[in-house]
Amino acid sequence: MPSPVQKLRLRYTVPKVLMRGNHTVAEAAVRAGCRYYFGYPITPQNETPEYMADRLSKLEGGSFIQAESEIAAINMVIGASMAGGRAMTSSSSPGISLKQEGMSFLSALELPAVIVNMSRGGPGLGNIAPAQSDYFQATRGGGHGDYRTIVLGPSSVQELADLTFEAFDLADTYRTPVVILGDGMLGQMMEPVEFPPDVQLKKLPPKDWTLTGARGRPSRIIKSLLLDPVEEEEHNWKLMRKYEKIAKEETRWETFESDDARMLVVAFGTAARIAKGAIKRVREQGLKVGLVRPISLWPFPTRVIRDFSKKVKHFFVFEMNMGQMVEDVKLALEGNAEVHFYGRPGGIILTPLELSRVIGSQYYQKRLG
Amino acid sequence: MMKKVFSRPKSLKKTAFHYCPGCGHSIIHRLIGEIIDEMELQENIIGVPPAGCAVLAYDYFDIDMGEAAHGRAAAVATGLKRVLPDRVVFTYQGDGDIAAIGTAETIHAASRGENVTTIFVNNAVYGMTGGQMAPTTILGQSTTTSPGGRNERRDGYPVKLSEMLAISDGSAYIERTAVSNPATILKTKKAMTKAFRYQVEKKGFSLVEVLSACPTNWKMSPVDSCKWIDDVMSLHFPLGVIKDSGDKKDAH
Amino acid sequence: MAAGFIEIDCESCKDCKLCISVCPHQLINSSEQMNQKGYCSVRFTEKEKKKEERKCTGCGLCAITCPEIAIEVYRA
Repeated sequence: MPSPVQKLRLRYTVPKVLMRGNHTVAEAAVRAGCRYYFGYPITPQNETPEYMADRLSKLEGGSFIQAESEIAAINMVIGASMAGGRAMTSSSSPGISLKQEGMSFLSALELPAVIVNMSRGGPGLGNIAPAQSDYFQATRGGGHGDYRTIVLGPSSVQELADLTFEAFDLADTYRTPVVILGDGMLGQMMEPVEFPPDVQLKKLPPKDWTLTGARGRPSRIIKSLLLDPVEEEEHNWKLMRKYEKIAKEETRWETFESDDARMLVVAFGTAARIAKGAIKRVREQGLKVGLVRPISLWPFPTRVIRDFSKKVKHFFVFEMNMGQMVEDVKLALEGNAEVHFYGRPGGIILTPLELSRVIGSQYYQKRLG
Repeated sequence: MMKKVFSRPKSLKKTAFHYCPGCGHSIIHRLIGEIIDEMELQENIIGVPPAGCAVLAYDYFDIDMGEAAHGRAAAVATGLKRVLPDRVVFTYQGDGDIAAIGTAETIHAASRGENVTTIFVNNAVYGMTGGQMAPTTILGQSTTTSPGGRNERRDGYPVKLSEMLAISDGSAYIERTAVSNPATILKTKKAMTKAFRYQVEKKGFSLVEVLSACPTNWKMSPVDSCKWIDDVMSLHFPLGVIKDSGDKKDAH
Repeated sequence: MAAGFIEIDCESCKDCKLCISVCPHQLINSSEQMNQKGYCSVRFTEKEKKKEERKCTGCGLCAITCPEIAIEVYRA
């Protein structure tokens, strides 16, 4: 049964190109029908607005704005989405922090949008090296109020293309913002990419809720101010029902060498890539280690991890942060297995060899051999 | 035979205004309703209300309207207009929305020459939240966060945003008017009509700043509030055309 | 020749008295008549008068200044 990612790749007929992650995000978005990009320069994702500036200027009806701030950019996305356009913004950690009020509004107003975060070292100004320390911010809503956004965590440039492309359909289907949670390494590296064929904008399903001027229909209001507590409560329940549906339909993950594993590594994005390399090494030594790689970070593959814990009692969570996704792993396990956490914050990239030593050491300490 | 020469605009819903007695918002809403009727914009227009007393503007205008966070209306309007360049897009904002938290968005929408129209309701105070100091509170004016009167050393100087916007090449038309008496009210309508017309003619960013009474937070009667606009406030915020890049014969 | 008439919607009136201050012939007064909102709405003094007796010209200044759009103006 091909995974959703594999299903997408079967559709491609276009040859591969060698492309940088940040450029890939932009190209995939345009092919998905994105015609409105509003962003701001911030390292390590500057190539995305630069590519968009060029690409959209050559497209009819395309609009690129280098906004005055990340705050302005997310609000331009809100306006464009209200008018029915496929709109996107991208930034990196501090800029994504600025956008959080906008994320809350997008969710409350039930507007589709795609937001790309190429995470860097933090907190504060941090550095420009890759990190995964925005996991909490991304998966816990990030802004005020009870809401979630779909969060996708690619771990290769190809997957970055696939998920960015699909994000626009997901956003429209559920009328919700979708976050692509990458990191500086993914954004900067170059890998072969196959792009899907362009979406036919005219063939997209029409939207019956957009603001286009009340021609031949009653006027519409898009608002999130619900002063009556009963109305506000019902709106929150409505959002929750939507999130439950998303959790049922859109949870994604990948497993690697997990069938006979006595220890399962859980990692996402670039960390998962490093983990695969580490696991290949320890497998050569006869250690039975596998990987569960969440691809949707929200909805998190809780049930998958819980099911594994019936057979596997040792989980090794590796992240490029001080321990964020590990909390979701622990929540999923409900105490049914031991969890060891190994994290490196601030942009330190472990090599597969270094990680394999840590995994091996933990494996032997737990006497799993 | 008597003919009715004044009645409620069609593009305003029949809802009674929630604004205080003598509030300028009510008058300005009616003027915009009249303009939407006269220019036949009801099917083509999209409005962005502010945070503040007029956050509920969508309860009054029978047009498409989309909420913006406090201060961000100019950015939301930009997004709307970029997707729908042939519709009329306007923002309706108070002094805090435009000249405090929204300063960057307003200045940059003007600088980009976005073809949107902004109605800037200046009542020199933060009304909705109970009368705090606004960027346009004048020196000596007492508010809940400038007790004893705005003092330049403690509270700084008022912001003259319209004058700042006029410097930008993207601004096509900036005028300051008031809704303090029938003459100024009629001038406000003329100015707002022109602002919308400039948008339709794709001339660039247009803005009308309207000095508006807030009797409740100024702690004056409506009649005295209007007098205060005429006698005091308009000395600090002079009425008139601040910038007009259009035809000379349009000057009024 | 005076040829005007106004109708005040008392339930909409919030007694701001702006109309009273702008009428050139002082044809609008405060009243003791309270409406549902608790405001004592203003009153057109020529409401009961016949056309020949009225001074109202239908200039509309009251309606222009009324925030509540509570006044409709008629002119011959």
